[in-house]
Amino acid sequence: MTSHFTRRRFNTALAGAGLATALSPFGIVRAQGQKLRVGVLLPRSGVQGFIGQSSQKGADLAPAVLKEMLGVDIELMNADTETNVDTARTRAERLIQEGAHVLVGPFDSGAASAIAQVAEQRGIPFVINIAAAPQITEQGYKYTFRNFPTSIDLVRNGLALIGDLFQATGTAPRTAVFMHVNDTFGQANAKAIAAIFPKLTQLPFKIVETIAYDPAAKDLTVEVSKAKATNADFLLNVCRLNDAIILRREMVKQRWQPMGIIGPGNPGMYEDQYYKTLGKLSEYSISNVPWYHPKAEITRIVEKQFNKLNPKDKMMYHALNVGYTFEAVLIAADAFKRARSTDPKALTEAIRQTDIKSRMMLGGPIKFNAKGQVEGLASACIQNLNMRPNVVLPASAAEAKPVFPVPGYKKA
Amino acid sequence: MTWHLVVNVAIAGLLTGLVYGLMALGLSVIFGVVRVVNFAHGEMMTIAMYATVTLFAVWQLDPFVAVVPIAAAFFVFGYLMQAGIINPFITRPEHSQFMLLVAVAIIMVNGLMVSFGPDARNVQVDYQLESYAIGPILFDKARLLAAGMALAASAALFAFFRFSLTGKAIRACADNWLGAKVVGLDVKHLYALTFGLGSACVAVAGSMMILLVDVTPVLGPAYTLLAFVIVIVGGMGSMAGALLGGVLIGLSEALAGLFIQPSAKSMISFGLLILVLLVRPQGLLGKKA
Repeated sequence: MTSHFTRRRFNTALAGAGLATALSPFGIVRAQGQKLRVGVLLPRSGVQGFIGQSSQKGADLAPAVLKEMLGVDIELMNADTETNVDTARTRAERLIQEGAHVLVGPFDSGAASAIAQVAEQRGIPFVINIAAAPQITEQGYKYTFRNFPTSIDLVRNGLALIGDLFQATGTAPRTAVFMHVNDTFGQANAKAIAAIFPKLTQLPFKIVETIAYDPAAKDLTVEVSKAKATNADFLLNVCRLNDAIILRREMVKQRWQPMGIIGPGNPGMYEDQYYKTLGKLSEYSISNVPWYHPKAEITRIVEKQFNKLNPKDKMMYHALNVGYTFEAVLIAADAFKRARSTDPKALTEAIRQTDIKSRMMLGGPIKFNAKGQVEGLASACIQNLNMRPNVVLPASAAEAKPVFPVPGYKKA
Repeated sequence: MTWHLVVNVAIAGLLTGLVYGLMALGLSVIFGVVRVVNFAHGEMMTIAMYATVTLFAVWQLDPFVAVVPIAAAFFVFGYLMQAGIINPFITRPEHSQFMLLVAVAIIMVNGLMVSFGPDARNVQVDYQLESYAIGPILFDKARLLAAGMALAASAALFAFFRFSLTGKAIRACADNWLGAKVVGLDVKHLYALTFGLGSACVAVAGSMMILLVDVTPVLGPAYTLLAFVIVIVGGMGSMAGALLGGVLIGLSEALAGLFIQPSAKSMISFGLLILVLLVRPQGLLGKKA
């Protein structure tokens, strides 16, 4: 057999290879053929199963939306943390072993701390979707990034909105009883409230008692009895979903009717399952939380894809979970596009340089500070009215007027 | 702290404790006669809770109606489980029995996970949010009815063992296994009947418990552990002890939540367990070995 590979052809091939090499710093040839493997860690079962599944919807819609927006290919590698910190750690390890280029998740501060340690050890970037404990971005981690307010910011925004709510409704409750889940998130919020609340002298009320409870509690009879006995004007409640449902039912059983229930920066009371399980009892609960911008162009695109994937569901019931999970994948995809590589160090450096101005959630641009934290994230006051979450404050974004004290409840 | 707060919390603890007691009664009966510790006890109760949820969802059967077919089905299931799976292990070492029942428990949890998913489920009956009030004292209607059913089921079980011929025969097996065989009792059949009765007990407890708590597949192990604590506190094999242990644990958890910290409830249960093991190892109403 005669070889047709002549010296001239060899030189041509060499020139071609040289051209490809010359272009490679720009990553054009390499990145276009690659997929970004995003390891998504969420609590899709266990106590936080509902919220984990809700957040998963934000990840599921991301590949199609981001392919259209940024032209990048994303492969999701999903893992269930089972609402368990140890499981979160082992699943993160496994995702990295199986080839994940970046980790995203995990809707829980305890799990986020564990995954951050794995990410640091293995040198893989980790973008937190939802987790508020401040210490996560205070450890000097190089590979951990958070596009979600810390509990201090959440509580600061939430308490400020409570003041706005009282002003808007012309009420001045004098006392509150503070109940909170006793997990990493709940304790971080409780600490933030203890630190910030005394400084907010414009708020008319004082906290008469603080009651902590187990996040996996199956029965809150004692806790609600104690709270009721304080005779406080309203309930300030840092909860999750399941406990929020149990708590609301128990309040009715014990005939406790404060002026209202206000969450100063926590999930639970605007979730789809809260409405489904409680029906009319879900009405009027108030949550001061980060929320999506209903008029943003990107929200429209995301909602379209959400409706396509979940024809029987509505995005408004998953707003925070879907919005922040989608944005976490967006951050990874945007970095991948700029880095033109799946190399962990290049991706990490690109994430550090993120500057996304057109975003879905309320607040300033997505831009990380030296600690890997996005600053300037805003909250809205959300009230359950007509079995759906409505923005009632700030007035500029309001869909309805706030109702406080709530009907059937005692007046101030 | 007002007196009516303490009384309200104590009443809730007492009523919940009675349902706990019925659950533990099943475990105690099985151990007292068959001398096998059912490590799948909490998981069986979880299955009963799911069965109640399903009957409610499909036919809107109230848990107080659904409890009848569910208890009957569990009796048959328990009988077959003892006759088919556990009887061959009766004479084997305890660790073999332990592994067998732990395996059964794991299969049950995973079976529920596959069948129902991880979501919490409950029944939403009309009276679930109602309560009776006598002055400042409140009685949660669902809890009161559940406790009443637990008492009725316990009384029926006591009566069966005390007055029926089959009950007496089962007690004879428990007292003297060899003697029972010598007088011609069908011990294997009686063991299976006992396991069936214990299973029916846990089914009734499960049908009532769904009125008080939401069910998830992973709930079982926590209730298995709770049943053990109750039975050890009350006295292994003692039926009255199981009920007393249930009430004590229910009450102490509620009052600990009130006087110390709600999140310290379990700590108090286990503290009570250690205290009983130190002071009266056979349990409050148990007999010395």
